[in-house]
Amino acid sequence: VATTLRRTPLYEKHVEAGAKLVPFAGWEMPVQYQGVIAEHKAVRTDAGVFDVAHMGELEVEGPTAGRLLQHVLSNDVTKLRPGDAQYTLLTNEQGGIVDDLIVYRLEDCRYLLVVNAANRDTDYEAIKERELRGSDVRDVSDEYALLAVQGPKAIDRLGLPHAKAFTWAMGEVDGVEVMVNYTGYTGEEGVELACMADDAPELWDAILARGVTPCGLGARDTLRLEVCYPLHGNDIGPRWDAISSGLGWVCALDTDFVGADVLRDVKSRGPERKLVAFRMTEQAIPRQGMAIEGGGEVTSGSLSPMLEVGIGLGYVPAGAGAPGTELTVDVRGRPRRGEVVPKPIYKREE
Amino acid sequence: VAASESYPEELLYNAEHDWARIEGGEAVLGITWYAADSLGELVHFEPPAPGDSVQKGRSYGEVESVKAVSELIAPLSGEVVQVNEKVRGAPETVNEDPYGDGWLVRIKLTDPAERDSLLDVEAYRAVVAES
Repeated sequence: VATTLRRTPLYEKHVEAGAKLVPFAGWEMPVQYQGVIAEHKAVRTDAGVFDVAHMGELEVEGPTAGRLLQHVLSNDVTKLRPGDAQYTLLTNEQGGIVDDLIVYRLEDCRYLLVVNAANRDTDYEAIKERELRGSDVRDVSDEYALLAVQGPKAIDRLGLPHAKAFTWAMGEVDGVEVMVNYTGYTGEEGVELACMADDAPELWDAILARGVTPCGLGARDTLRLEVCYPLHGNDIGPRWDAISSGLGWVCALDTDFVGADVLRDVKSRGPERKLVAFRMTEQAIPRQGMAIEGGGEVTSGSLSPMLEVGIGLGYVPAGAGAPGTELTVDVRGRPRRGEVVPKPIYKREE
Repeated sequence: VAASESYPEELLYNAEHDWARIEGGEAVLGITWYAADSLGELVHFEPPAPGDSVQKGRSYGEVESVKAVSELIAPLSGEVVQVNEKVRGAPETVNEDPYGDGWLVRIKLTDPAERDSLLDVEAYRAVVAES
């Protein structure tokens, strides 16, 4: 079967910059330019830019838009004023995670949802199916491009004002009009810039000219793993409930969203399994799918470029989930020891 | 700094991108520039132990980058006499110098005639061209 991979408006720029391109969620995306480790460190120490235009954007608009989102999303949307953003989950009837996303309140009656590329259609249908009279859901993904600029110097390099995380404002970078979202997936200060798809190449060039390092999906994955941001499809998904996945903090259980009753029940009983962070105490790199002795499973694993040890996220029986608990990962037949650690795994020494 | 593409003429190769340098009754083994470049910067080397026997065509260890794991396929059979400790401590040495400081193991050959089935540099370049 031949599948056609989609390309973002920045495809030519990636080829020009010497990127290694790989298939990802149906898109042909840069996995690295000069190397995962160098790009990772650029973001931890200075600034890096990621093409995340493959991500989906859904707009929900109308007098009942807020009510609709309060019903389909796990977090409390009513806490948002225009200019605010919030990390939240799209849940199913079992309390499982259909997607994790960020909702931005654009205006009183208009919201933008930035969703994972692979879940764009599923999310659209899940919300559309529950659409209320007076609310309209539209997939606007192809109209916009999204560039994440992340790192301790990211905002200064772009010449943008600093602002509180999980807010947004309109702005401009070298003549390109952008929606400046103070959000990200790296654990560093930074922004995600939404622009019109046609403007993306010009914006990309402007950002590079400001001394920001181009970074691929490889570094994006190691950065988010060090700070324990879950990856949908790996660490979280429809088959795990949000409480077991450690995302109870984004579930407003006093509201009545899809699956809330199940989650209230899991919370009061206590989950059977827990998504934990761990680091290896022996030399070995855990990988997705490896078994953890005693009935656990690695859902993400890599070498930590900052700590230079194997790190991962995985599900273990709840009783084995406390920080400090030893665990053993089956590394292709070789038992290798590690221990559960508090999240995040990596934190800059101040 | 990663090395630039090269395939020395004096080495023998297999189609799995491993090389061998025969020195009398022994051979030094490693992976080619192509293999190292495809994997990206190496971050882990899982070597065999001295005394282990390795068999031509079979896995004798692993190398890993941040994103990928690759088995090392022995181009020749023998007994491991030495493991490159430098690569163990600094796996990126393989990217920097795949045919020099980035060698992986030294083996005592048990079947020196196996060399006749390996690829010379021209044949190996053809493999790379098709990869």
